[in-house]
Amino acid sequence: MTDPTSPQRRSYGSLRKDRIDQLATAGTVTEEPGVSLIRSAWHRLRRNPVFLIGAGITLLFVVLAAIAPWVAPWDVTATPLLDKVRPQSNPVPGPEAGHLLGADDRGRDLFSRLLVGSRQTLVVGVVATLFGLLGGLTLGTVAGAIGGWVDSLVMRIVDVMLSIPSLLLAFTVASLARNPSQWTLVIAIAIIQVPIFARLLRGSMLAQRGSDHVLAARSLGVRPGAIVFRHMLPNSLGPVIVQATLSLAVAIIDAAALSFLGLGNPDQRQPEWGQMLGRAQPFITEAPHLAFYPAGCIIVVALGFTLMGESLREALDPKSRR
Amino acid sequence: MIRFVVRRLLQMCLVVLVLSMLVFAWLRSLPGGPVSAMLGERQTEERRAALEAALGLDQPLPVQYLKFLERAVQGNFGVSTKVLPGEDAFQVFLDRLPATVELSFLAMLLAIVLGIPLGYLAARRRGSLTDTGAVIFSLVGVAVPVFFTAFLLKYFFAVEWNLLPVSGRQSTGLDATRVTGMFVLDGVLTREWDAAWDALKHLILPSLALATIPFAVIFRITRAAVLDVLDEDYVRTAEAKGLTARVIRARHVLRNAMLPVVTTIGLQVGGLLAGAVLTETVFSFRGVGDALATAFREKDYPVLQVLIMAAAVIYVLVNLLVDVAYAIIDPRIRTR
Repeated sequence: MTDPTSPQRRSYGSLRKDRIDQLATAGTVTEEPGVSLIRSAWHRLRRNPVFLIGAGITLLFVVLAAIAPWVAPWDVTATPLLDKVRPQSNPVPGPEAGHLLGADDRGRDLFSRLLVGSRQTLVVGVVATLFGLLGGLTLGTVAGAIGGWVDSLVMRIVDVMLSIPSLLLAFTVASLARNPSQWTLVIAIAIIQVPIFARLLRGSMLAQRGSDHVLAARSLGVRPGAIVFRHMLPNSLGPVIVQATLSLAVAIIDAAALSFLGLGNPDQRQPEWGQMLGRAQPFITEAPHLAFYPAGCIIVVALGFTLMGESLREALDPKSRR
Repeated sequence: MIRFVVRRLLQMCLVVLVLSMLVFAWLRSLPGGPVSAMLGERQTEERRAALEAALGLDQPLPVQYLKFLERAVQGNFGVSTKVLPGEDAFQVFLDRLPATVELSFLAMLLAIVLGIPLGYLAARRRGSLTDTGAVIFSLVGVAVPVFFTAFLLKYFFAVEWNLLPVSGRQSTGLDATRVTGMFVLDGVLTREWDAAWDALKHLILPSLALATIPFAVIFRITRAAVLDVLDEDYVRTAEAKGLTARVIRARHVLRNAMLPVVTTIGLQVGGLLAGAVLTETVFSFRGVGDALATAFREKDYPVLQVLIMAAAVIYVLVNLLVDVAYAIIDPRIRTR
């Protein structure tokens, strides 16, 4: 916890901001002589079961997503079990030979759709986080490096963005799209991440502006641009990486929520976990497994990223070193 | 104290003003402009022209914006096109609000009643089975999307075991008197106990699902805050003075640990608003969230305008109240 008397406490949303600001100073100090932060962090991570489980889950899903189209037994748009779909008596065909998990309400192979669905979910999560990271990095670096009125302006914009509940903002942005596509999701999720990264980086940059190594570089006559990019930015990346890993989990869940509400990719032929979960709603009595499988996938992937992020945070936080 | 509140109110006005500009710019950027947004696509040319003149769309932008603000302040956002076609958009919001207030209130209550004691317990028994179990539960809680929690609860408690109603706010055919629009409260006020009980049964599953979001956060913050406070010198001093464990717990540990928790509770209201959209959709619970979901999907712009502005105002207002509460608990803030 930060000092409860710190002035930021007073602004609304202060805890969320405090948490961001608190992260900003984590992982920037190297107290132990001789051992670099990254090497020591890696040393701790390698032996941390929480990290290993998280990384294992993530790696598994990334590999599955990469090879999905080649290992999926059926084409995701094919409807091999369509003739078994009876709207009255048997709306969702169950498992049978060649169809491990049965089919969905349109007779499409559920297992193949789950497998291939991982692609869209992961890609949306990763690309959106990357975009959010880029936007936030730019804004945060500009604000933190230049300071003055630029800093005030950027931070006021960030405050307004943080004052709207983030998922609500994503819903709004997504509903604005005139031609919704997979990119709608990416943009909506990226936008809500920008203020978080911007604030994080700006805090970290500000903390470094007065630090000894920056002062030393400045007195040696290093150009301001080089100070920002060679001395300040690399030292600010620790907390940003932690936040990005945690953001991936949130991005995947938020993207699923958008698809669930029907604000995602309107192309229903391409599978996506959130959208599959949304489509399963009417079949809650006859075929709850239609919802259980995609939900299980979302939960496991999100948990993988969360575990990784939490253990990274612990490893990079010098305060928790023993 | 008064200066503090006034400054925060001014800050809030600024946020709302910026938001209104964004909404205005957004309406202007729509295909067909605000007229199509207010009337829907299929309208006669005469009606379009009449509305265009009434809205002052022939005037310069700043004038248009001021007119937009004037209408917004009067609660005139146009007529709903999809959620409740023909109904005034602001009225739709007012009709739906009590349901969501009731739902969010119960969800928050559950999260606080469960989260704070559990967080305290976990911190006191750090490293114990209770602690580890609760921490894992809260980590998983963050990873489970709220709409799936809702689906799970609905499947087991309503569909499979048939213990609670599947959807809606009150059983059909139940003749209940409406007072506030919050059905449980109405039942209590009019002493129609069967109606209150019926409404409460409809509330249990949605509020449990919704409570998982704030619960996980409140639990973790409480645990971290109590752990921090337990290390403080003043707790050791209190112990050394020979104060009873109960006094130390209530006056020294909990009171100080509550500071970050109170702020978190305010922040979680934002998460509740977004969570309500998803939970209400799963349970067909006719509240603001359900209206928002429909408005988002069907692009009912007048309703969207009202609901988004209202959500932001409520969020900012709740956080203002939280900050005032914060100032009351922590005298250090008032003096500065």
